[in-house]
Amino acid sequence: MLERIAAVTVKEVRQLARDRVTFGLIVGIPLMQMLLFGYAINFDVRNLRAAVVDEARTRLSREYVAALEASGVVEFDAPSAGVHELQRRMNSGEISVGVHIPPDFERRVIDRSRTAAQLIVDGSEPMVDNVARGLAAVPLPRRDGRYGTATPVLELRTEYNPERRTAVQIVPALIGVILNMTMMIFTAAAVVRERERGNLELLITTPIRSWELMTGKLLPYVGIGLVQVTLVLTVGSLLFDVPVNGRLADLYLAALLFIAATLTLGLVISTLARTQFQAFQLAFFVMLPSILLSGFMFPFDGMPKPAQWLAQVLPLTHFNELVRGIVLRGAPIGDLGRPALKLVAFLLVALAIATMRFRKRLD
Amino acid sequence: MNAEPAIVATGLTRRFGKVTAVDHVDLSIPRAGIYGFLGPNGSGKSTTIRMLCGLLEPSEGTVEVLGHRMPRDAEVLRRQLGYMTQRFSLWDDLTVRENLEFMARVQGLHRAERRQRIGEVAAEYDLETVMDQRAGTMSGGQRQRLALAAATLHRPELLLLDEPTSAVDPQSRRDFWESLFQLVLEGATILVSTHYMDEAERCHRLAILAEGRLVAEGTPRDLMRDIPAAVVEIETPDTAAARAALSGQPWILSIAQLGTRLHALLDRDVPDPAGRVSERLAKAAVAAEVKAVVASLEDVFVAATGFRHSPLAPPQGN
Repeated sequence: MLERIAAVTVKEVRQLARDRVTFGLIVGIPLMQMLLFGYAINFDVRNLRAAVVDEARTRLSREYVAALEASGVVEFDAPSAGVHELQRRMNSGEISVGVHIPPDFERRVIDRSRTAAQLIVDGSEPMVDNVARGLAAVPLPRRDGRYGTATPVLELRTEYNPERRTAVQIVPALIGVILNMTMMIFTAAAVVRERERGNLELLITTPIRSWELMTGKLLPYVGIGLVQVTLVLTVGSLLFDVPVNGRLADLYLAALLFIAATLTLGLVISTLARTQFQAFQLAFFVMLPSILLSGFMFPFDGMPKPAQWLAQVLPLTHFNELVRGIVLRGAPIGDLGRPALKLVAFLLVALAIATMRFRKRLD
Repeated sequence: MNAEPAIVATGLTRRFGKVTAVDHVDLSIPRAGIYGFLGPNGSGKSTTIRMLCGLLEPSEGTVEVLGHRMPRDAEVLRRQLGYMTQRFSLWDDLTVRENLEFMARVQGLHRAERRQRIGEVAAEYDLETVMDQRAGTMSGGQRQRLALAAATLHRPELLLLDEPTSAVDPQSRRDFWESLFQLVLEGATILVSTHYMDEAERCHRLAILAEGRLVAEGTPRDLMRDIPAAVVEIETPDTAAARAALSGQPWILSIAQLGTRLHALLDRDVPDPAGRVSERLAKAAVAAEVKAVVASLEDVFVAATGFRHSPLAPPQGN
């Protein structure tokens, strides 16, 4: 039994080592995603093009505009003559934020029942709306007790990531996204490829049992998954100073659980797909909701209820919860029982489905 | 030697949806011989072989292979079975040695036995010089020898070969058949499917399949002797005219052209068939030389399929 599993594993590793493209992807996908998310994709919005219509033309209004610009979120272009021009420039996509300061700005500031100025925002860009809330909270510059709010109305404090760096949130979650992608695609493809090329037809007529074949095939990928975890953590620490606050052993244990879950999901896909192309399509069918709904990109609590239910079925959701808990909050895996158990449940159900569907026969 | 048949199938049937690929086939395949399945593509050869080795479940009927009920006892039988698929099913990106090593391990051969058997089959099938070459870079003949080597590593009692020579040149085919006879001498039972007449003629016994049904069975010699038709060959410079003169005659069952000759199957009850054909051609003023000839397997096939089928495969160059 062990002999046959070992035979399959040795064969699989040999094939992997010779398949330069796949081998490159094992290292390439994590590296590319790390650099992409770490450097290029930044959820901190900065330097939005903006324009101002200052009808008040007072010192206070100029100071207010300067304070907005100092936030770094907006960068003011040439001022506009009026509200209409502001809207035209926004329509043409020249600017995405407009500030309208009415002539009676100073009076409005004192009279707290009326809004002092208007912020016009391009709602077609998803991130800008959030920015607007931030801008609206910018306090008026202090002016010797006469008017203006000296302290910000709202104090914002961010736990666990005081500098609010995207990389710190993204990199740990990337472990899951990368594993999800590579584990699922590679295993599904590895099994379907053998069916496509007729290898399976030959293997079925030998004494090897299906679970021996599957175990032997999946073992190398467990190793690959752990290598990827290490790679992401190392690059995250070297390039983006992402700390690991919890125990490494806990993190690897969680990763192992997640790898097992995604490998099994890959197996289920392989029993559904007839060709490698179908396997890729099915894998992406799972990938997209995983990335969108797992809390990797958007806050989980902000999603509508049906989306949250759907997210419960995706292993990435639970792994993200685990990995953020361990890496950022330094929680031991024992304190994260709920997501861990859900992951185990997913693994068992997927395993049952894969076993039921994979039979040693062609029909 | 065991006198029991190696394979007994009764009423073997397999349907795929509405299509019946194999239709109530009865088989009794004796041990220690080469048994051939002859038929065109789509006649149910592969489906039958797949049912015999437990890859497919029969829709109806029973199969007993080496005394085991299939597919129920498929796992028990695996060790006594060697299977060569129609397509090359070993791994292109592994070397010959790695492929053999893998198959030997999967078959459960122990280390010493493994080394010995791999050495033996490499010598037997002339693979020693290519042991470290990847299978994907080899010629059709080499790959086929490798596949046979892999199928015989564990010395199976029964070898099932599904169109093993379809991608191979004539010389390699000849060598391949020599290897098969050697295996039979060592006591193996071989079941081989083919659509080549010359290969079918080498089998000890033959089953002719058409549209999923068994239409004739016996030794090639008996089949050719007992063909329910008389065979004449017509040599003529004007084959088209000869054909026109003969077609439509109820006693002529089939005509096929072979270069400048016509090959005709006639109703068996016609006395002096060659004379009758000559007479008919003379009446139509077609110059021709007519002689009665011995039936070929192709004639047997045409007769067995109710004189509706054209020749199976184009004549091979060997």
